[in-house]
Amino acid sequence: MITERLSLSSPFRSLPAFLIMVFVLPLLAGCGYNTIPTAEENAHAAWSEVLNQYQRRSDLIPNLVETVKGYASHEKDTLDAVVQARAKATQITVTPDTLKDPEALKKFQDAQAGLTSALSRLIAVSEAYPDLKANQNFLALQAQLEGTENRIAVARRDYIQAVRDYNLTLKTFPSVLWATFWFRGNQPFANFTVEEDKMQVPKVDFGTGTKQGG
Amino acid sequence: MCRSAFVGVLLALFLLPLAALAADLPALTGRVVDNAGIIDAGTRAALTQKLADFETKGSDQIVVATIPSLGGEEIEPYANRLFRFWKLGQAKENNGVLLLVAPNDRKMRIEVGYGLEGTLTDLHTKLIIENDMVPAFRAGDFSGGITKAVDDMIMVLEGNPEELEARGKRNEQAPFNSDDLFFAIFIIIWALIFFGGIAMTVLPPIFGQKIGPGRYRWLGMTFDQNRRSSSGGWSSGSGGWSSGGGGWSSGGGFSGGGGSSGGGGSSGSW
Repeated sequence: MITERLSLSSPFRSLPAFLIMVFVLPLLAGCGYNTIPTAEENAHAAWSEVLNQYQRRSDLIPNLVETVKGYASHEKDTLDAVVQARAKATQITVTPDTLKDPEALKKFQDAQAGLTSALSRLIAVSEAYPDLKANQNFLALQAQLEGTENRIAVARRDYIQAVRDYNLTLKTFPSVLWATFWFRGNQPFANFTVEEDKMQVPKVDFGTGTKQGG
Repeated sequence: MCRSAFVGVLLALFLLPLAALAADLPALTGRVVDNAGIIDAGTRAALTQKLADFETKGSDQIVVATIPSLGGEEIEPYANRLFRFWKLGQAKENNGVLLLVAPNDRKMRIEVGYGLEGTLTDLHTKLIIENDMVPAFRAGDFSGGITKAVDDMIMVLEGNPEELEARGKRNEQAPFNSDDLFFAIFIIIWALIFFGGIAMTVLPPIFGQKIGPGRYRWLGMTFDQNRRSSSGGWSSGSGGWSSGGGGWSSGGGFSGGGGSSGGGGSSGSW
C-alpha cells in the first residue's frame, strides 16, 4: 500500500521543492532584497526633512530682519551679515548627487552654519533693546526661530541615523550580497560631522557689540 | 508579510534587553509621571482625570512628566528622545504633547507632536511657558503652574472644535482600521486560493487513500485530480494578522499610541 502510494504519487516527490519555495523564497525576496532600497528611501526622506527645516528658517529671516531694523537700525553690520549669510545659503543648489558627494555636502553645511552664527549674533544684540524684546511680532518670530533651530537639530539627528542605517546595509552581511550583485550603483551617503553640530553655539561678543549703544 | 512577521518576532525577542537599554529614560506609568515628586497627590489625580477626558474627546494625548535632573543633557534632545520613546499621540495623527519639567536644572519644555504643530504653535507654547509656568515656578508653586499650563494647552487645542472632533472620530476606529481589515481579507482570500489549491492537489495523494486513477479519498471527501474539481470543501488557510500601530489606550493601562515628534514646541527656564 505504502510503496504503491509512493511510486504513483508524483506530487510527493516535488514536496521538498515546494517546501523550499514556500519558506526560502519569501525569506530571500522579503527579508533581503528590500533592505537597501528601503534604507535609501528613508535616508532620502530624512534629508528632505533637513532641507525643509532649513528652508523654513530661511523664510523666517526677511521678517525678522525687518522687525529688528525698526528698533535697532544702527546694528547695520549684524543685519547685513544675516542678509548676506542667507543669500549665500540659498545660492547653493542641492541636487540628489549632493548626498553622495562629501565636498558638496560640506559646502552646503558651511553655508548653513554661517547663517546660524549670524542669526545667533542678531538675537544676542537684540537683547540690548527692551522695546524690541517687548514687541509681539519679535517675540513670535523669536519663538518660531527657536523652534525651527530645534527642528533642524532633530532633522539632522534623524538624517545621521538614517544614513548610518543605509551605509550599514551596503557594508554588512547579508544585505552586502544584494549590494554587490544587484545594487552596484548604490553609493554610501555623506553624513554630517559632529564638529559642524557643535558650531551652533551662539557667540556673544560683549567687547565690541555694545559700543554703539553706549 | 515575511518582513513584518520577522520584525514582530525580533521585537518580542528583544523587548526585555531593549527596555534595559533605555533604562535612563523613565517609564510611562500614567498621564502624569512625577518622578521629581513636585506635584501633590490631589493635583495629580485631577490632572490625570482631565487628560483622560481630553483624550476621549479628540484622541490627543497630553502627558506631564517631571524628572529630577537632565543628567547634563540639553532639555530639547532629552524631551524629543522621551517623546519618541513613549510614542505619544495616535500613530497616524502624531497628536501628542509632552510637558517636561526638570526642577534641578530649572528648565521646562513643551514638546509638540508633528500633527499638532499647526494648532499648538511654537509661539503658543512659548507664551504658556512664560506666562503660566515661569511665574508660578519662581514662587515655588509647581502644581499650580503645571495645572494652568495644561488648562491653557487644552484651551488652545480645543480652539478648533470641528478639527478636534474629526480627529477623535477618525481615531475611534483605530484598533480596527479599514486598511488593516482589507489587507487581512486580501491575504485570507489569497491564502485560500493559493494554499487551498495546492493543498487539494498535494495533500490527498500523500495522506489520502487511492480509489482510482487520479482519484483519492481523504477526510471523507473524494478528490478527483483529473477533473480539477472535488466534492470536498475548501481547506481554509489561516490568515493570522496583527493590528499593528494604533494602539488605542483606554481604561487603566495607559500607553502611547505610536506618535512621533520632530522637535516642535519651545523651552524655557526659571
